[in-house]
Amino acid sequence: MAQITLAKGLNQGLRAALEADPKVIVMGEDVGKLGGVFRITDGLQKDFGEDRVIDTPLAESGILGTAVGLAMRGYRPVCEIQFDGFVYPAYDQIVSQVAKIHFRSQGKIRMPIVIRIPFGGGIGAVEHHSESPEAQFAHTAGLKVVACSNPVDGFHMIQQAIASDDPIVFFEPKRQYHADKAELDESVQPAALFSSRVVREGSDATLLAYGPMVKTCVQAAQAAADEGQSLEVIDLRTLSPLDLVPVVESVRKTGRVIVTHEATVNLGLGSEIAARISEQCFYSLEAPVLRVGGFDTPYPPSRIEDDYLPDLDRVLDAVDRALAY
Amino acid sequence: MNAAVSTDELTDWLRMMTLIRGFEERVKNLFSQGLVRGTTHLATGQEAVAVGASAALQPDDWVLGTYRGHHHALARGMSPASAFAEILGRSTGVCRGKGGSMHLTDVSHGVMGSYAIVGAHLPIAVGCAWSSKIQDLGRVAVCFFGDGTTTIGAFHEAVNLAAVWKLPAIFVCENNRYSEYTPIDQVSPVAHAAADRAAGYGIPGVVIDGNDVAAIRDAVDVAADRARRGAGPTIVEAETYRHGGHSRADPATYRPEQEVEHWLQRDPVAAVRRQLEATAEPGRAEQVETEASDQLDRALEEALAAPEPDLSTLTDDVYARAL
Ligand SMILES: Cc1ncc(C[n+]2csc(CCOP(=O)(O)OP(=O)(O)O)c2C)c(N)n1
Ligand SMILES: [Mg+2]
Repeated sequence: MAQITLAKGLNQGLRAALEADPKVIVMGEDVGKLGGVFRITDGLQKDFGEDRVIDTPLAESGILGTAVGLAMRGYRPVCEIQFDGFVYPAYDQIVSQVAKIHFRSQGKIRMPIVIRIPFGGGIGAVEHHSESPEAQFAHTAGLKVVACSNPVDGFHMIQQAIASDDPIVFFEPKRQYHADKAELDESVQPAALFSSRVVREGSDATLLAYGPMVKTCVQAAQAAADEGQSLEVIDLRTLSPLDLVPVVESVRKTGRVIVTHEATVNLGLGSEIAARISEQCFYSLEAPVLRVGGFDTPYPPSRIEDDYLPDLDRVLDAVDRALAY
Repeated sequence: MNAAVSTDELTDWLRMMTLIRGFEERVKNLFSQGLVRGTTHLATGQEAVAVGASAALQPDDWVLGTYRGHHHALARGMSPASAFAEILGRSTGVCRGKGGSMHLTDVSHGVMGSYAIVGAHLPIAVGCAWSSKIQDLGRVAVCFFGDGTTTIGAFHEAVNLAAVWKLPAIFVCENNRYSEYTPIDQVSPVAHAAADRAAGYGIPGVVIDGNDVAAIRDAVDVAADRARRGAGPTIVEAETYRHGGHSRADPATYRPEQEVEHWLQRDPVAAVRRQLEATAEPGRAEQVETEASDQLDRALEEALAAPEPDLSTLTDDVYARAL
């Protein structure tokens, strides 16, 4: 069975989607000949042709705008944004059109668009290249937002997203692209796209994570195990809609929960999740829901990004605080 | 119709061109030595555009550039030591280490920022130009950008605004033929990605040899004169070439060998050097080069000795008035 990286998983998932449906097209800056700045679309133009894997001009608004028109005509555009911070020229199209046309047309026009965004830090880049803007999309009704964390999910989730009839903002943890390998067994039925998943069981506290923070939280749980703490880790996977079923179940068991993300804490996903947990698990909570995230500043230069990014210590510190209640 | 170039001018140009070339060579080394993480975008091969444009400007004019912007900042007088320090993330950097290679900014030299979001700075330059018109300052704003930038909406919005309000802006396109990895002719329908657009906005658009300092100086001179007269903006398209890849990680294998060779033959630094050698006394060029190199060595040493910013500075300057 093949050992694949996240980059490979996404690449193979895109390939499978292009094979499965002639209406799927991949578009973006340098996605064709080069195979994308992170090589996620490597080889796809060669195999599927220049009509299906398209090198666009440098024009994010144009990319998303034309994707809307193509979607109206029955295509399933998969748009690559090179880096998180480059999505904003397209933000108007995404928020004002992509998110609203289905509603506005009373369901007569569907927007099966996938917007792939490499997100998060840890690669030694600076602002625009290391950001985590997921909350800005999750806040918009009409968009669905997911984040993959590992190679196998990358493979399945990208196909599920492309098959979805709703527009999906698809976040990919760029520092994980080439980091770890996992075994892809295609005979195993994938989890539903809009579902969260327990990735490590535990009983003392629950860590919630998505994207790049899943690995950090699993490592934190491993470190905590050495100290006799048993931490449960949940990979949220879907950010809008949220799937809190496994979360609520976990919190009822542990009574303590820490939400983590690289995005700034202020009005991040953690705020909404904390509110919902307090609504749904009020009597099970032994401590307030704690949040660990980026500081409320623009993304810092690489020299201090290691201090900026939530790491093992910050997560475990929050665990200690939760356990101290 | 080049205004005659004096030996003193050629000396200045060679000094600055050598300074920029040597600065970027050192920057490249800092990255390969692992002293800076991430990436950098070198202007090696494009130095003439910055030096020529600066030669036509007044000290209080403004320039705005891109992530490929070391040459713009240095040509306007940013100190190499504070530029090195910025790239190294030191507290003595022009942005106290928070901007890095892509965001060199130095208001004291009219360097109103380097921008990593393609297209973002064109309207910003127009805003600077607008202030000059409102306050009748006679200052111009020069905006440097790449050929690929002509395909994003902000370019068109900015040129239209400047044209319709007759603002003292000069749009200098450094056409190095590639938008990252994509040849410009694959994504732009016109031969001259920037200058051919000028007609659509009713302004002059000129195409010049971007490796010829005097040609650039003259074109920007004409444009600046027009701008200061209140006649509006100009697009100057300078045809040039980057010797290396788009960024540090790019070996630039997508470019035809003969094309690269052709442009390496037309190295703008070597061209100025030849010109100077033809007019100056023997040894002048070497002397200029040695001085520039010594200046850079001292600047780099100073920058490397500078303290790193304290982590507590992370939350500084998010707001004018802290929360
Ligand atoms: C809005 C936006 N989209 C994409 C990018 C990624 N990107 C950086 S440079 C570049 C190509 C720019 O080409 P050009 O304008 O010709 O400038 P050059 O790099 O050649 O100097 C791209 C696509 C970006 N920085 N900003
Ligand atoms: Mg270019």
